Amino acid sequence: MALTAVKTMKNNQTTQTEEVLVYNTKNLNLWYGDHHALKNINLDIKEKDVTAIIGPSGCGKSTYIKTLNRMIDLVPGVKTNGSIEYRGRDIFSKEFLVEELRTRVGMVFQKPNPFPKSIYENIAFGLKIHGIKNKQIINETVEKSLRGAALWDEVKDRIHEPAYGLSGGQQQRLCIARCLALEPDVILMDEPTSALDPVSTLKIEELIQELKEQYSIIIVTHNMQQAARISNKTAFFLNGEVVEFDSTETIFNNPADSRTDDYISGRFG
Amino acid sequence: MKTTKKELSPVQQLLEKKYNGGFLNRSERIIPIVLFFMAAVSVLTTLGIVLTLIFETIIFFGEVSIVEFFTAAEWYPFSETEAVYGIWPLVLGTLKITLIASAFAVPIGLAVALYLSEYASRRTRKVMKPILEVLAGVPTIVYGFFALTFVTPVLRDLFPSIELFNAISPGIVVGIMIIPTIVSLSEDALSSVPEPVRHGALAMGATKWETASKVIFPAALSGILASIVLGVSRAIGETMIVSIAAGSTPSAALELTSSLQTMTSYIVQVTTGDAGFGTTIYYSIYAVGFTLFIFTLSMNVLAQFISKRFREEY
Repeated sequence: MALTAVKTMKNNQTTQTEEVLVYNTKNLNLWYGDHHALKNINLDIKEKDVTAIIGPSGCGKSTYIKTLNRMIDLVPGVKTNGSIEYRGRDIFSKEFLVEELRTRVGMVFQKPNPFPKSIYENIAFGLKIHGIKNKQIINETVEKSLRGAALWDEVKDRIHEPAYGLSGGQQQRLCIARCLALEPDVILMDEPTSALDPVSTLKIEELIQELKEQYSIIIVTHNMQQAARISNKTAFFLNGEVVEFDSTETIFNNPADSRTDDYISGRFG
Repeated sequence: MKTTKKELSPVQQLLEKKYNGGFLNRSERIIPIVLFFMAAVSVLTTLGIVLTLIFETIIFFGEVSIVEFFTAAEWYPFSETEAVYGIWPLVLGTLKITLIASAFAVPIGLAVALYLSEYASRRTRKVMKPILEVLAGVPTIVYGFFALTFVTPVLRDLFPSIELFNAISPGIVVGIMIIPTIVSLSEDALSSVPEPVRHGALAMGATKWETASKVIFPAALSGILASIVLGVSRAIGETMIVSIAAGSTPSAALELTSSLQTMTSYIVQVTTGDAGFGTTIYYSIYAVGFTLFIFTLSMNVLAQFISKRFREEY
């Protein structure tokens, strides 16, 4: 599976690190009670890629992304087997603390979920729980993260006001800023624009274009055009299986599996 | 367009009957009047009670100087030669009980609320909440003799210097009584913080405790403080437990091991004894009652202020 030629040509860095995997999923199965939700998933996710996961409702795409930072553990009655390695480390092993995994792998949720605190405290929170108390570092990180999430100019005069005063799109960018504060390696996004209006959606998409220079991004999306616009790799999930995983260009222009073609061209889902 | 009767379906016939009867209009007009009357009764009752308190208190202060009431260090109304009416010993008695009760109930109540909302499984919660509600339903007279016949002997075995009537035993038992209030309201406040907020914190690598203590607890603070204030105001007004287990000796001493009297238990003592109508002692219970009312009223105002001041919206 070659990266799309255009993308690799653009950036030498990408060419050099192209073989480095952030996630390596082998024979992953997952059950909610008796319901077999993920069936024998095998996926290699490369560093600095934007990997889109598409598929109809209930196909397991959200389940999969929540397994990557083990947020799925919060659902009662979940069983898994198989393995997921994050940079060569088994994420299910006892030695790999789930808190460490989630510190390195940030997550943005479907609906913006800022803390009921000020804008400033929303971002400082991550630093504070990880023991960073130096005010100057915190102040600098808050500004840097807000700039990184393209929110600074809009909120710089009111960072001590409650985050709930922001619009939905701004709240979602605040949630992205909150992730950036911990300088994560990977950012998981679970349908980050599904609750937003088209203008806010566009802003988030533009933001993802900037973020991909520095971070590996895995994004679940309902919106196929969005996947086509922002990702360079796409995985198509159906009924808990990976039907096809390839460069976004191939998936959208020349899919190998007829089911992918049917879904892409809107014949179902 | 005219419709003949034959064309009406059963449903249409019923609707026809309903709107032609005129009953609907009449009842819609009467209902708010009835409801207003009910509301007026409860407001007027409250007003009546407050006014009675005020008028009888004014009569009391015609007989006893208001300066003495607030400054004398002794409450000794039953003296035949020289009665002294200084409210301080009774207020101190109430404060002792309230402080012990809060010191006991607030940490335990908050711990239980945090456990139930953040840690307990659904099944544990289902079993524990009703049990706590039973605790809230125990009559206070039962708590009273529980204090006198169980807690006090245990305390006296451990610390022989404690007297039969003391502040510690009824204080602890009043604490036990208010735990359900604190748990139930705090738990409601904690569980009403939306689940996605929890997920947001956990997904940043926060531990369960960090999430509970640094995100969920502050978010629920207004409800938690209100629950504490409500619990404390119940402790201030608690009567039966202290009447039974705290004794009836108004005391201005700052120790907890001997007999004392609270505002409420003084009122019980007078109303169950044979102080004649119209005597100074009779009017004194209104002055004490009014003082008590000021205390609980200020707690209510405080609770309202807190829930506005610390309100978090999600």
